[in-house]
Amino acid sequence: MAAEYQTFKAGVKACLPTVFGYLGIGFAAGVIGKSIGLSVLEIFLMSTFIYAGGAQFIICGLIAIHSPISAIIFTTFLVNLRHLLMSMSVATYFEKHSLLLSIGIGTLLTDEAYGVLVNALQRKQKVKVAWTYGLNVTAYLAWITATVIGGGLGAFLPQPQRLGLDFALLAMFIGLFVLQAELPFKKQLKKTSWIILVVCLTLYVGMRVLTPEVSVMVATLVGCSVGMVVPDDE
Amino acid sequence: MSSYFLKILVGCSLVTWVPRVLPFIVTKKLRFAPWLIKFLSYIPLCILTALVFQSMLEAQAHGFPKLKTLEAIASVPTLAVAIKTKDLMKTVVVGVVTMAILRLIMA
Repeated sequence: MAAEYQTFKAGVKACLPTVFGYLGIGFAAGVIGKSIGLSVLEIFLMSTFIYAGGAQFIICGLIAIHSPISAIIFTTFLVNLRHLLMSMSVATYFEKHSLLLSIGIGTLLTDEAYGVLVNALQRKQKVKVAWTYGLNVTAYLAWITATVIGGGLGAFLPQPQRLGLDFALLAMFIGLFVLQAELPFKKQLKKTSWIILVVCLTLYVGMRVLTPEVSVMVATLVGCSVGMVVPDDE
Repeated sequence: MSSYFLKILVGCSLVTWVPRVLPFIVTKKLRFAPWLIKFLSYIPLCILTALVFQSMLEAQAHGFPKLKTLEAIASVPTLAVAIKTKDLMKTVVVGVVTMAILRLIMA
């Protein structure tokens, strides 16, 4: 067990479910990029430098209707702002490492890589930087590859939707959720149930007035507040 | 490549990059207060809960979001496998296969 989170190679292996999910969604992102008139090079540049699954779909949608540049950038900022919360919650773990190494970890942080990382950290085992890089770099390359293939060959290949591949990311979130909730449920059943209930309710009501991505952030912050206020179980 | 696209590329790269790395830079310079560390410790559970639920909801132009029926149905066996195996790969494979079968039946 102790060697699980030590090497780059183990990190690559831990990333494989993410690769599965990214192949499906990245492929779709490439197809959409192509359909709004982006070149394969432009799709490659977006995935390489913006590297933001959901936001790339939204950017394509906004480019298609010729939105103002400032509106596109601001929307992207809001959609991806949740990564600030994610980075904040793991940054202290890497504070002893050099600034450059830490920036490298933050640069390649995504919802999925974050989920796998916090699961590893929760096991209370030493998580090496090399492992984190194995995880992050694999996800990054999978995303770029999938979007480029989608942009280049999308027209000739079957729809990933028909193969159910679009469900891969939701399935992965479910798996990550279960791994993350296991310990809190065991230790604090009542409190954890309250937190989850409030997060879901806030999200549901939030999505009535806010975008889904902003609702995720608001629901997360409200859930954390519940965690602070509700006393621990007896 | 148009300057319209280039400006979007540069702007969006910056606004997605800064939130990801800023906390890593800040923690080198200062320590978070204990209450903030406690607050942040709830983020993984809360954000994963929110991401799961959000992926099952479809925002509407007016009114409350709607539950995506297929996704919600496919989530049941996926959740069961996740709880039973605690294995991400198996969870993903069962989810994808369930979804493919559901789409086949519905088509």
